[in-house]
Amino acid sequence: MKVFSAPAIHVFLKDSHSEIRTRYALNALLMFVVTALALVLFSVGNDVVGTDVLSGILWVIIFFSGMSGLSRTFVSEEERGTTATLQLIARPTSVLLGKLFFNFVLILSLNVLVAVLYIVMINRFVILTPSIFWATIFLGSCALASSSTIIAAIIAKANTKGTLYPVLSFPIMLPLLLTVMNATRLATEGAAFSEALGEFQILVSYTVVVVTISILLFGFVWKD
Amino acid sequence: MKSTTAKIGLVLWLTLVICAAILFPMVPAPEKWYEFPIIPGLEEKARIIFFHVPMAWTTVVAFVAAMIYGIRFLMTKNLDYDLRSVSAAGLGTMFCILATVTGSLWAKFNWGSFWNWDPRETSIFVLLLIYGAYFALRSAVDVEEKRATLSAVYAIIAGVTVPFFIFVMPRIMTGLHPGSKGDPQGAGPVVQFKMAPNMLLVFFASLLGFTLLYFWLFNLKVRSSRLELQQQSQE
Amino acid sequence: MNHLTLTAGSLKKEFNRRVIFDSISFTLHEGEAFAITGRNGSGKSTLVKILCGLLSPTKGTVRVSVEGKEVNAEILFRHLGFVAPYLNMYDEFSGIENLMLFGKIRGLENNFAGDAEELLRQFNIFERRHDEVRTYSSGMKQRLKFAAALLHRPEILVMDEPTSNLDEEGIAAVRSVIAEHRRRGILIIATNEKEDVKYADAVLNLDERKLR
Repeated sequence: MKVFSAPAIHVFLKDSHSEIRTRYALNALLMFVVTALALVLFSVGNDVVGTDVLSGILWVIIFFSGMSGLSRTFVSEEERGTTATLQLIARPTSVLLGKLFFNFVLILSLNVLVAVLYIVMINRFVILTPSIFWATIFLGSCALASSSTIIAAIIAKANTKGTLYPVLSFPIMLPLLLTVMNATRLATEGAAFSEALGEFQILVSYTVVVVTISILLFGFVWKD
Repeated sequence: MKSTTAKIGLVLWLTLVICAAILFPMVPAPEKWYEFPIIPGLEEKARIIFFHVPMAWTTVVAFVAAMIYGIRFLMTKNLDYDLRSVSAAGLGTMFCILATVTGSLWAKFNWGSFWNWDPRETSIFVLLLIYGAYFALRSAVDVEEKRATLSAVYAIIAGVTVPFFIFVMPRIMTGLHPGSKGDPQGAGPVVQFKMAPNMLLVFFASLLGFTLLYFWLFNLKVRSSRLELQQQSQE
Repeated sequence: MNHLTLTAGSLKKEFNRRVIFDSISFTLHEGEAFAITGRNGSGKSTLVKILCGLLSPTKGTVRVSVEGKEVNAEILFRHLGFVAPYLNMYDEFSGIENLMLFGKIRGLENNFAGDAEELLRQFNIFERRHDEVRTYSSGMKQRLKFAAALLHRPEILVMDEPTSNLDEEGIAAVRSVIAEHRRRGILIIATNEKEDVKYADAVLNLDERKLR
């Protein structure tokens, strides 16, 4: 199995180095998380808010933060005019897998950060089954990375990139968002790990299906 | 002219179906062949099934058609398939809006509010969003070939992710929709109806009529779009 | 001498249903240089992009065979070097980092670090190799593009306006690349410089094509 071939790894490393130097996506993501969390804290105040609402809000923050930064991997190539350069040094599949992995690492670190901040700042948000919660964060990151990457590849070729990204992503991501919200609610209610297995199955199969279809279709999107 | 006969036939067919759907009386104990039984809790409001469900069905047919033409475009790079794909999506949007509006009106009288986030309401809303996103994407790409490719890819991705709702919905919401009460499978986006035979007949006649109407409209739309293109290239 | 061939079969490209060019066919063999000329907007760059596999033609095919075996379009890039004004380097990396990056992503197996330095010397940007590309002048960027295109020793070298932005010294370096490469592979130049066209064995004028 040569799924992550050497070229894909080097595409990932290139994007990571580039991100560390320029911090295009990181700064936008961090600022968005901080702003959104602050807004939630202001609006919740000392009110008593149900845990199912709180687990919904957590994923609303994650979705919109992701929408602010996850398209960068493809949009920056298009803006700098390096798309053709990359097309001439790697197969489309290597590019896709490299960028998919980059987005996965980005969103996983974002999600862990948001989750920790959220638990610390909002007292009423208590996780009774940590195993469900962290598995949801991990599998949710996989699923979000899979669909956000291929949609980013599509919108990079369009004119109004920024506004189009959430518009195209939302209907595609809705099944996964509903699933992670439900799994998070289970974690706050202290459900047994086995009760959330159905949610995890949906998340895993969603990721597998979207990654497979992305690999099949990416060539059409990537080449002009 | 064979096609003229077919069109007149379809108009007659739909007229009969609509008349039957609206005029056939509803009685507690049907005796005559044209009498519908009363469904408790729905009464006369049950008649919407003859219009609303075929519209929702046609929305899905149009979506699948748009996706299949998208796949064929990607395989052949023939822009005519893109034209068909976008024509199907345009009609799908129209039927989707009609299904949403009829369903919402009915919900107001049956459930007391226009919108309740019932699983089926959510599914049709997602389809509406996808159609909206599809056209938003199309208007944001200038080059025709690129526009065709990107929207075909988007339609396919949407087509593979939407079925996940079938698994997601039952886990998070309880259905209000007729056909879902007390039925463990009823909370999915597809409704199983238990109907009297004569109602079932009118229902399927309506389903067939609306499907044929869709194909007729689709044919007209494709031909008029082709003529528009011809005219543009002559100018 | 039929180890290496590039065949364009009745290529046609349309943008928004406007025909850019139609039925372009030619075959190139090892050791041949081919020039594509035409006024601005005649489709030079479009044709060159199609030959490199960056753009798919509306109709027609591009076939390349190396050592008698046809090359799959997906890995054509391994046999191809391309220099063009619209082919940018990564701004936030230095010249040598860019070259090393390309070598790694390409999966080159030989020791390409030495080759990279050699190429940077050849194009006289070796002293600035550790500076970020964003600080380079447009001429230096053009030189770096040549180094990047030659790093993997491609059999086919394609250049779009190769001498744009270059001073005399740079042009001389490009000329020596042209002279050397046409002996060992296929060379395709899209240009309007009469000086460059002189090197070509065959010339395709896209304006005349259209008139015919």
